[in-house]
Amino acid sequence: MNGISQMWKNISGLWSLIVGLKITGKYFVCPQVTVHYPRKTVDNLSTFRGPVELVASDNDPTKPKCIVCLQCAGACPSGCLTVAAKPAPKPTAEEIKAKKEAEAKGEKVKKAAPKELGTFRYDFTLCSLCGTCVDTCPVGSLQFSSDAYLASRNKEDFVYDLLARLADQAKGIKSGSSQSKE
Amino acid sequence: MLHTEREYSKLIAGDFYTHHMEPGPDDRTMILNMGPQHPSTHGVLRIVIEIDGEYILRAEPVLGYLHRMQEKMGELKTYLQYMPNMGRVDYLHALAWNWAYVGAVERLGGIEVPERAQYVRVITTELNRISSHLLWWGAFLLDLGAFTPILYAFDDREKILDLLQIPTGSRLTLCYFRPGGVVNDLTKDFIDGLREFIPHMRSRLPMYKGLVTDNIILRKRVEGVGIITEETCRRYGATGPVVRGSGLAYDVRRAEPYSVYDKFDFEIPTDKECDAMGRYNVRVAEIEQSLRIIEQALDAMPDGPHMVKGAPKVKWKAPAGESYFAVEGARGKIGVHVVSDGSNTPYRVKLRAPGFCNMSLFAEVARGVLIADAVAILGSLDLVIPELDR
Ligand code: SF4
Ligand code: SF4
Repeated sequence: MNGISQMWKNISGLWSLIVGLKITGKYFVCPQVTVHYPRKTVDNLSTFRGPVELVASDNDPTKPKCIVCLQCAGACPSGCLTVAAKPAPKPTAEEIKAKKEAEAKGEKVKKAAPKELGTFRYDFTLCSLCGTCVDTCPVGSLQFSSDAYLASRNKEDFVYDLLARLADQAKGIKSGSSQSKE
Repeated sequence: MLHTEREYSKLIAGDFYTHHMEPGPDDRTMILNMGPQHPSTHGVLRIVIEIDGEYILRAEPVLGYLHRMQEKMGELKTYLQYMPNMGRVDYLHALAWNWAYVGAVERLGGIEVPERAQYVRVITTELNRISSHLLWWGAFLLDLGAFTPILYAFDDREKILDLLQIPTGSRLTLCYFRPGGVVNDLTKDFIDGLREFIPHMRSRLPMYKGLVTDNIILRKRVEGVGIITEETCRRYGATGPVVRGSGLAYDVRRAEPYSVYDKFDFEIPTDKECDAMGRYNVRVAEIEQSLRIIEQALDAMPDGPHMVKGAPKVKWKAPAGESYFAVEGARGKIGVHVVSDGSNTPYRVKLRAPGFCNMSLFAEVARGVLIADAVAILGSLDLVIPELDR
């Protein structure tokens, strides 16, 4: 009795191997599921979070929406962002005089022009793509790009000057080490 | 002067962790390092083993090679800035860690989470759980010497990652939840893709069974190997598929239901065999249960906001106090304990990693087994070393 059950076990064990081989055979003739990079690329990158970039303002594609509030730089857990305003133009002597006179007369003084973005440095080597900066920006001036194909031999290539990048984008040039995604 | 070869070998093999593994008076046993670069230790786990021939007499895991001070970082970052860390504790089931942490913060701050966000969390976390189990499935079989299954698993896992990329934007180190909700709402693309994926995944399960589960070579390799009794599990605080593979139906989703898990009808797979095969069966069965939960959640998901109004900002100050939140991760019970002193950074963050407890019992279970079986046992515990080192 023992011998028979042992034999039965062996047969069913062998059969399990045949079933496995059948599956292997079936998938062997199935079309390939892998994508042969770089001859082919995937097409679902629109939702991919790549390096952060600036969003152009609605009326000028070379200017970012940014109002230089510096919140993003403070919010980033890794300190990737360095933001600074352009130094405000020094008021001329006449302007100061005019302002003083206006104040003396009790007129309303014109406020200084809004700050303009001078530098926006972004160190992608530190970024964890968490999205805290994007969530924090009060005017929606930051977004994730969908650059997935990043490679370089040089670390400095991943320290982006986002203003220059925006200017390049406005001219229709792909900047940085990002490759074109046809 | 080193007089004998023995004295010399003692010197080179010896470090702090081998000091109470000194060789005996004769040469019968040998002390070896398994890892930290051993392929079956997935990352950098080191196990010092004393072997007699092919049999392990004693095994002692040595941890810390991937210690990244995750808990300390919690004290230095603000509540929101700590979020990206959560995707990196256990990168295979990142959303469970996301959830455990935001859950603790929400409990601390008394933050309401909109109904829709709860369902979104359930759907994405369960999807993430399937991807984690698939990867374990492939890697476990890879440890045992079967190469091709991981390719099948990655084919399906890739589909899940593609889906998860739509709302989260990332594929592995997901940072998707925030205290008060989730970052993005689920889009139609995602929901349609998911509805297609569920029957696809179901149709693949019989294939997995035929290809691997019934395979006689696998069965001979894992059946009866690495028996962990329920009592051992209790002693070490093991959770997740390890304890369920020992016949105890403990699942945080059922034991202390959080979020909307009490609304779903799902089973908790268990296995009475207590061996590596039992744990294997539990995980494979959990894939089906996760699919069931996702289906129900998709049907029941209400409309509404995905983020509560007035959700905490980066510099948010939590009220003083402490809170604990536990979720069921792919590897077991994940717990996060946050203590606040009222400032904008936590006073202390304690992360309970299930892998740590599950791994602790290895030293006991590995006693007297073949080295090859030790690999099978390690694999069946589903260890993610970065998680247990934190
Ligand atoms: S995505 Fe996160 S890590 Fe990267 S720059 Fe923004 S806040 Fe910093
Ligand atoms: S948060 Fe937005 S507006 Fe403020 S500095 Fe950053 S990018 Fe500019």
